[in-house]
Formats: sequence, C-alpha cells, structure tokens
Amino acid sequence: MQALAQWLGSTQISHSIQRAIWFIALLQAVHILAIAMVLSSVAMVELRILGITRSQTMTDTARRFMPWIWTGLVVLALTGAVLIVAEPKRTLDNNLAFDIKMLMLATAIAVTLGFQASLSRNLALWEKRPRNRKLLSAFAVFTLLLWCAIAFAGRWIAYVRVD
Amino acid sequence: MDFTAGILKWLETTPLSIFILESEWAFPTIESVHVIAIALVVGTISIVDLRLLGFASTKRGFTELSREVLPWTWLAFMAALIAGLLMFISHATEYFGNTAFRIKLVLILLAGLNMIYFHLFTCRNISEWDHSSAVPRAGRIAGGISLACWIAVVGFGRWIGFSMS
Repeated sequence: MQALAQWLGSTQISHSIQRAIWFIALLQAVHILAIAMVLSSVAMVELRILGITRSQTMTDTARRFMPWIWTGLVVLALTGAVLIVAEPKRTLDNNLAFDIKMLMLATAIAVTLGFQASLSRNLALWEKRPRNRKLLSAFAVFTLLLWCAIAFAGRWIAYVRVD
Repeated sequence: MDFTAGILKWLETTPLSIFILESEWAFPTIESVHVIAIALVVGTISIVDLRLLGFASTKRGFTELSREVLPWTWLAFMAALIAGLLMFISHATEYFGNTAFRIKLVLILLAGLNMIYFHLFTCRNISEWDHSSAVPRAGRIAGGISLACWIAVVGFGRWIGFSMS
C-alpha cells in the first residue's frame, strides 16, 4: 500500500489535482452530498423496519429508497477514487481511519446486498409483524449506526494523518 | 465592531471552548457529528423537495410524506446546530470573519424564509394538490429553492475548512 501511495503521489494527475484545491473541495462536497443520499435513504428504510414510519409498505419503501442507496454508493466510489488519487499518502499510507472505514464499508455493502436478497426471497418476514421483531429492529439500528460510523471514520481520515 | 470582537473573544475563552481547543479528539468528533447531521438534513429535505418538484414519491400525499420525514429533518438540524455552535465558539473570531461561513449562514436563512413562505402561503390550498403529482408552480419553486440552498450550504460549508488558517 505504501508503495502504491508513493507511486500514485508521483503521477502527473495527482499533482494536477492537488494544485487545483477548489477541485478537491468540489469532490469532497459531492462526496458529502452522496453521503446525504445514502444515509438518508438508509434511515428511511430502517425507520420502516422499526415500524416508526408506517404509511408505506416495506415493498414501496424499498422501491423508493434502495435505488438511491446504490446510486449514492456509485457516486461515493467515483469521487472517493479521485480523492485517493489526489491524496494517496493521506489515504493509503498507513491511515487507520481509512482502513477501518473501508472495512466497515465492505461490511455495509454486504449487509445491504443481503437485505435486498432477503426482501426478494422472504418479503413476508419484513412486511408483516413477525415474531422475531426484536432481531429485525436490532438489525435496523445496527445498519444505520454502521453507516454513521463509516461517515465518522471518513472525517477522521484528515485528522489521523496530517500532511 | 469592538463590541462584537469582544463577544467573539469571550466565547473563545470560555471553559467549553478551551476544552475543545486543547483536546485532540473533541473537534474532529464534533465535526463528524456535524457532517452526519447535515447529511441527514440535506438528504431528508431533498425527499420532500423532490416530491414538490415531481421527481420522486409522486404517488404519495404531500402532507403524509412531510409528516413522516420532516420531524427527522428537524432533529438532524438541531444536532447540526449544536455541533456547529460548539465548533464556532472554539474559533469564533475566525469563523465570524470567514466569507464562506457568512454565505453559508445566509443560505440557511434563505432556506428558512423559503420554508416559511411555503407554509404560510403556498400551502393555503394544499387540499387541492396534496394527492396530486401536479404541484402548483409556487410549490415547485419552493422545492427547487430549498434543494439549491441546501446543496450550496454543503458546498460553502466544505469551503470553510479550506479557507481557515
């Protein structure tokens, strides 16, 4: 990773982006807007699972918000990739916050995929009032907190490494 | 001007402010909470705005949608405000003089005024268009202004960090 960081940092494109500080700011702003997209969509889905919002079915809630989660993740991946190219040392070279964030992100994506699979295979589990409601509620809270933790770790990238 | 400078200086020297300044983890933590909070403000408000603009949730009644979403917007806004105030006092003088910060506050004010106008006037005949996807022009404009303001808030908010010394 260190070698990759060093090589990326020496490329022309990395230098070009670094010189245009406004571009990095713009990338980060878009990154934050995509976080808004993902986090709020996740929140709406979890609120439905928890039964706090009830006017829509689980199916309609998922149909409304799951696409935004995936779209948001694509934007996050794209802006994130360019941000890494712009500041490879800050992200790739031994940054605990970045590493933890990526680990949690992989987990969150797996969880989201699993949830989506479960919705299609066992809709009744999510749609009705099941016996294992406590488990589903715990899942909903855990998922939301996981996404928040990712954002938290993301902000800390800048503080764990100052260069 | 001296009076303002005095208040700002006083804020910076409060025990709370000094704690934030001297702690290694306090400011990053508060800032992280702030980012998560505004993400939820912008994200949830855009659900309502997109409804007004006719882009999403068009089959849902506007009142029902707002009632489900906006309480969370307010909760997130309170969190963002508290976190923002905590960050502000730690560098009060510098934030106060920062152009991006000032523009950001004006944008938030604008968003608020837009919201008030919408509720007082545009919503007068809400029963006529509540369940329609054809929102009156005033409603579409309100949604557009709201969305634009909050996206700009994020932009200028991020720029504050780049324009502080």
